[in-house]
Amino acid sequence: MAVYKFKTPISEEEIRKLRVNDVLYVSGTMFTARDQAHKRALEYFKQGKPLPLTLEGLAVFHCGPIVKKKENRWTIVAAGPTTSTRMEIFEDEFIKNFKVRVIIGKGGMGKRTTEAMVKYGAVYGAFTGGAAILAAKAIKSVKSVEWLDLGMPEAMWILEVEEFGPLAIAIDSHGNNLFEDVKRKVEENKQKIYQKLGLSP
Amino acid sequence: MVSKAKKYKTRVISTLIHHELLNRGRSLETLSIVEDVAFNLIKQAVIYLPEDVKQVLKKAYAEETSDAGRTQLKAILDNIEFAEKYQAPICQDTGTIIFYVKAGAKAKDLDKIEVALIKATRRATVEVPIRPNAVNPFTQKNSGDNTGRLIPWINWEIVAGDEIEMTVLPKGGGAENTCVMGMLVPGEGIMGVKKFVVDAVMKAGAKPCPPNILGVGIGGGSDIAMKIAKKALLRPLNVSNPDPEIAKLEKEILEAVNMTGIGPMGLGGKITVLSVNIDYAYRHPASYPAAVAFNCWAARRASARISADGTVEYLTHTVK
Repeated sequence: MAVYKFKTPISEEEIRKLRVNDVLYVSGTMFTARDQAHKRALEYFKQGKPLPLTLEGLAVFHCGPIVKKKENRWTIVAAGPTTSTRMEIFEDEFIKNFKVRVIIGKGGMGKRTTEAMVKYGAVYGAFTGGAAILAAKAIKSVKSVEWLDLGMPEAMWILEVEEFGPLAIAIDSHGNNLFEDVKRKVEENKQKIYQKLGLSP
Repeated sequence: MVSKAKKYKTRVISTLIHHELLNRGRSLETLSIVEDVAFNLIKQAVIYLPEDVKQVLKKAYAEETSDAGRTQLKAILDNIEFAEKYQAPICQDTGTIIFYVKAGAKAKDLDKIEVALIKATRRATVEVPIRPNAVNPFTQKNSGDNTGRLIPWINWEIVAGDEIEMTVLPKGGGAENTCVMGMLVPGEGIMGVKKFVVDAVMKAGAKPCPPNILGVGIGGGSDIAMKIAKKALLRPLNVSNPDPEIAKLEKEILEAVNMTGIGPMGLGGKITVLSVNIDYAYRHPASYPAAVAFNCWAARRASARISADGTVEYLTHTVK
C-alpha cells in the first residue's frame, strides 16, 4: 500500500502507477456527475456539442451535494459519495470520450468500467460513504455550477479541492477490482454461513 | 398527469388555508408547536447520530481487523465528530423524510399535524439545510423542498391519551435501494427467513453503505412485512426483541451476516451489520411474507413527545 498525492490534470502515465489498495489524495479540479449529468454529457458528445469544461485528466465525483447560496456564492455543506453502480451503464463511454482519470464514488463498479479503465487509463477511488463533512472539508471552493436545471443533486458542480481523500484505490488500470475480490470471497463464505444456520444449500 | 397533480396540490393548499382561517387561535398555536418540534427533530436527526448508534460504531472500530475496514470506520467516526462540530448533516443524502406519529385520541387539532409536518420539512430544507430529495417520478423534476404528492410520508397510529409522539426517520437512498420483500414458502418456516436475510445482505454487498442495520419484518402481508421491517429500524441498537426466542434469532442472524466478509463499505472485513432488529405479525396460513429494510451506518432518527399543555420532551437527543 502506497500513498499518492496527484494534482489535476492527471496524466495517463501517472494514473497507471496506482495499484489497488493504494491510497490517493487529489488536488485541483473535480466535478460531480450522477446519473443525469452522465447521460447529458454523453448526449452532448454524440451531438458534437461542447461541454461546460474540458474533462480530460480530471476527477469525476459520484455525488449529489448539499449546497448553500450565501451572498451570491455557492458553498458546499455536505458532499459524500453516492452509489457508483448506477453509473455503470455510462462510465465506459464517459472514460473513453472524455479521458477522466479518477472516478470517485462508493460501492465499486463493474466489468465494463474496469475494462475501460485498463484500456484508457483511469482508476476508481472509493470514498467512505456518508462521510459528507470529511469530503466537504477538502472542497475549497465551488468554481461554477452547470446544468442546475437537473436539480441540486444531479447538477454538475465544478469544485476546487485540496488533498481530497483518502481514496482507497479499489479498481486500477491493470484490471484489478477489489470489490470483485470481496464478492468472490463472499461467495466462498456462503456455504459456511448456510451450514452455521442449518440451511441446506 | 402534471396538471392533475398541480390541481390536486392547489386544492390541498387552499383547503388548508381555509381551515387555518376558521380555526385561528389555539389551533394555530398547536400548528406552530408541532412545526417547531418537527423542524428540530429533522435537524437533530441529520446532524447528530443517536448515542446507541455511535456506541455500536465505536465498538465496531475496536473489533474490526481488516485494514481497509478500519480505515473506513475511522473515517466514519471522524465524520460524525466533524458533523457535530460544524453542525452540518452527517451525510449529504438526508433521505426521504418519513414521520411516525403516535397521536393520542384525545389530543387536540390532530387535523393540523399534517400541514405542520409539511411546513417543517420545507423549513428544514432551507434552514438546516437538507438536500432536496423529492422527485416527480413522471417528469423527473425535483420539487426543491422535499415535499410532493404523499411526501413527507406520515405513518399514523392512534393511541390512548392526549399526547402526540413524533419520530422522524430520514431514510437515505443507497440503503433503501437494497430493501427486499419476499413471499416465502410457509413450509420452510423460520429457516426460510434466515436464508432470505443472509442472501439479501450478500446480494446488497457494498451498496447500502455497510456496516448496516437490518430491520426484518415477518408475516402480516406483503406491505405489512415491509412496514414492520422499516419500523424496526427505530428500535435502539442496544435493545433486543423482548421475546427471548426472537432475540436469539436476531443474534444468530447478526453472527451469520458478519461471516460474509463484506465489511465496512464493502471493502472487506468482519463488521458488515451492526444490528438485526426483528418484528412480526401473524400471517395467513398460505403466506409467509418477509421483508428486510436496510439502514446505512448513518442510522438517523429523532423522537419527541408533546403533552396536551404544549410541553415538549425530546426523547432521543438533548436539545441543541
